[in-house]
Amino acid sequence: MTQFTVQAYKDFLQEGKLMGSRCKSCGTIYVPPRPVCPECHSRKLDWLEMSGDGTLEAYTVIAVPLSILAEEAPYAVGVVRLVEGPNVSGMILDIKEGAALTVGAHVKAEFKKGEGKAALCFRVT
Amino acid sequence: MRLSRGVAVVGAGMTRFHHKIHANKTSREIFVEAALEAMSSVDNGMGLDELGALFVGNFSGDSFEKQTHQAALMADWLGVTPKAATRIEDACASSGVAVNMGVMAVASGAYDVVMVGGVEKMRTLSTEGVTDTLAMAADAQYEVGVGFTFPGLYAALATAHFAKYGSTWEQLAAISIKNHHNGSLNSKAHYQTEVMESAMRFGERRGMKFEDEMEFLRSSLNPVVAYPLRLFDCCPISDGAAVVILAAEDVARKYTDTPIPVRGIGQASDMMALHDRVDLTTLRATRLAADQAYKMAGVEADEINVADVHDCFTIAEVLATEDLGFFEKGQGGKAVEEGLTALDGDKPVNPDGGLKAKGHPVGATGAAMAYEMFLQLRGEAGERQVDDVEYGLAHNVGASGGTVVVQIYGRT
Repeated sequence: MTQFTVQAYKDFLQEGKLMGSRCKSCGTIYVPPRPVCPECHSRKLDWLEMSGDGTLEAYTVIAVPLSILAEEAPYAVGVVRLVEGPNVSGMILDIKEGAALTVGAHVKAEFKKGEGKAALCFRVT
Repeated sequence: MRLSRGVAVVGAGMTRFHHKIHANKTSREIFVEAALEAMSSVDNGMGLDELGALFVGNFSGDSFEKQTHQAALMADWLGVTPKAATRIEDACASSGVAVNMGVMAVASGAYDVVMVGGVEKMRTLSTEGVTDTLAMAADAQYEVGVGFTFPGLYAALATAHFAKYGSTWEQLAAISIKNHHNGSLNSKAHYQTEVMESAMRFGERRGMKFEDEMEFLRSSLNPVVAYPLRLFDCCPISDGAAVVILAAEDVARKYTDTPIPVRGIGQASDMMALHDRVDLTTLRATRLAADQAYKMAGVEADEINVADVHDCFTIAEVLATEDLGFFEKGQGGKAVEEGLTALDGDKPVNPDGGLKAKGHPVGATGAAMAYEMFLQLRGEAGERQVDDVEYGLAHNVGASGGTVVVQIYGRT
């Protein structure tokens, strides 16, 4: 059984840590973590903590939401390129309009906790 | 990859795609309607007992109708049990993949004739329920878990494409206008109205008047769904089914003098989550699936005369026409503005109205593309017929590109 599970990743988020896995063989970093490296197929990977700093690669502001987020709409989500290299998806906090965001904007990770669930968020810095 | 035995389409049928007309039916009635139309379309006739097997694309009868095991149900209701019946679920590419599976099943020699189709009954749920169900085709943990909806994923791809290539929302609007125009020529399309007709109708109700389509599309009557995508950038929520009948080339002439041969097929997967993709301005699986299909068919992108591409959102048509090699990367939006993809352009794309206007009953879409190519290659597409079609291409995408399937059809 791999240690790089969805549950383990979420448990780290609860602790305020954004964790990925790094391939020992080719060095590629994955966030969220994976047990098999798609680049070189190595199964030897280590945990690696991310700084949480990154830039926006792509984004949207969602007006027609998922039912569980109906109260929060409109809300922004995006794909963030972390300074360590990999991309990860997260909610972008306190953004209600697409015009407020640009590709390349600097963001910093924040962690939304509660009710046994933790979600990765970012804030424009 | 080469097929060890040639395969051709010998019949095709589809229901109209619509949000209301199938309201009192379940997927079984909708599918059987398309299947019987396909059987009737076979020029020299075909009996149901001649079908060797049935492949059915269905995305989420589970969620929409609390009904799984749709292939056996369709075989049952079509009256073709005990023939093998297989459901294929690859999100929005379900029946496009079913077409490839059917082609390979005939090419292998296992069957001489198979029926391939797809069906989705979506209008059982509210828009919110449909939004939740479609999101199940993205990464439930790492994308939907942070708030992404399905339109949101394509909206994000749009922002990346805008930033890298300078493409614009106005170019996306031009796709919507073109596909609605094509839909107006297709009696099976969900929407058969020009955007300007909608502008006048919507405007009348709200006491607003619009000079042209763009004024309407920029207005509050075309609300944002997921920035930068607005309502008219998104395909509608439709019910419907489509079916094609495939036969081995060595028996196809028994059924028709004009079988439409499948010249090439391809399929590829990609990382589920957008954030795990190297490039957010391209669908890698489109490029790879298309390469396979072009190689098998022995044709180049510029030899394709007509294409149905997966425009679940307008930006998806830009990505598709670039990744299929019709236009240089970054030029897909401009090509639409220049009219190159119009019915009378150099490279007509989505003559049937595309998912945008024809509708997108998810599991039926790939089979509906095969239906359109069958008509176009036989010269039977009526008002929307493209001139002198030698090669037609169908391109069907699962969710945000985790699955892509391509077929190239030719003429005998």
